[in-house]
Amino acid sequence: MCVAIPGRVISMDGTKATIDFSGNIVVADAGLVDTKVGDRVLVHAGCIIQTMSDELADEVESLMKEIEDLSN
Amino acid sequence: MAGFDIKKIAEELKNYDGDEVRIMEVCGTHTAAISENGIPSMLSDKIKLISGPGCPVCVTVTAVIDKLIELSMRSDTVVLTFGDLIRVKGTSMSLAEAKGEGAHVKMVYSPMETVKLAKEDPDHNYVFAAIGFETTTPVYAMVLEEAEKNNLDNLKLLTSLKTMPEVIRYVVKNGGGIDGFIAPGHVATITGSDIYKELSEELGIPFVVSGFEGAQLLLTIYSLVKMKGKGGFKNLYKSAVKEEGNIKAKEIIEKYFKASDASWRGMGKIPGSGLILREEYKKYDAGSDMLDEDNMPPGCRCADVLVGKIKPCDCPMFGKKCTPDTAHGACMVSTEGSCYNYFVSGRR
Ligand code: SF4
Repeated sequence: MCVAIPGRVISMDGTKATIDFSGNIVVADAGLVDTKVGDRVLVHAGCIIQTMSDELADEVESLMKEIEDLSN
Repeated sequence: MAGFDIKKIAEELKNYDGDEVRIMEVCGTHTAAISENGIPSMLSDKIKLISGPGCPVCVTVTAVIDKLIELSMRSDTVVLTFGDLIRVKGTSMSLAEAKGEGAHVKMVYSPMETVKLAKEDPDHNYVFAAIGFETTTPVYAMVLEEAEKNNLDNLKLLTSLKTMPEVIRYVVKNGGGIDGFIAPGHVATITGSDIYKELSEELGIPFVVSGFEGAQLLLTIYSLVKMKGKGGFKNLYKSAVKEEGNIKAKEIIEKYFKASDASWRGMGKIPGSGLILREEYKKYDAGSDMLDEDNMPPGCRCADVLVGKIKPCDCPMFGKKCTPDTAHGACMVSTEGSCYNYFVSGRR
């Protein structure tokens, strides 16, 4: 039921948000958060449950890269 | 999290030779992420990862499935459910099998689809199988908010909602000796990290809130190894988890639901470990009271797996009679289940 990885909001229509998960486009309800186009968001059961702060997410991405390099 | 040398951490985890450390990942999505990232093979044998009770389908008692089947057999009722639940056996059959016999069962991606269906088809009752933890409950509350706005009297929920703190206390009392917890990341986005900080203080066991990426999980495990025996709390998923959580979501949960006792598959009734509809919204209840019966399939050891007493591969049926294609218990059905993930990833 959970989508573990954040996606990015690419458009908004009222309380519906269109979200890009690395090329997979999903429409989710945005009623539980204050969000806008460009935000990184976590989606669960068709709803955005949290917006993510970008700066920290990038830090995680760079950590990810390091670990990937390690397992190569 | 800058300042961590991930290479050094990975080496330390692989070469760790101290006392055994038993770490439980509570959440089913963590169980899946640990398998997908191959984390167990990156750890020393002295670091044991144990998967816990955080897979919603795995902890749903058979009475709930039986009730859903009964509802779906009615000519005026359609039962809506997430994909995993449809394949779990109740006392005699699963929702998928009932569907094969003509029952009205439909799989949906989001509970919000219930609103649309109920609006378009006023001649049928639409019942959503509302299982899940604190992460999913606000979504059900939003469904009710829409039902209220649209005056829908043909939309109902069959609720079997669980909350984390009490079952964690249960696992500590009844489980197989846990030295540290990977706190459920998505539950924490809603509840906030503070409840885990409080639990760590109360239980004297360390808790670390983690995201789902491989590096984050390694850092979390590393932190828990270092924290063994000392207690303490860390939030390594600050980008998504705030101390106070998602206030909007917590408010809407509070509006429609209140705390109650809840029955857990294989564990029985745990006081204060669930949520039920408030009296004023009982008109949306499809009959969720007293659904406590728990007819586990004979020989299935999900109950011991869920609290960390045994590993899935210690169950005599694991990989033999019980595989994802011939699943015996719920833990082998759900993609978030412990047995399923051990089987598909070869985790031991
Ligand atoms: S392997 Fe199958 S029978 Fe054994 S505990 Fe897991 S789900 Fe139950």
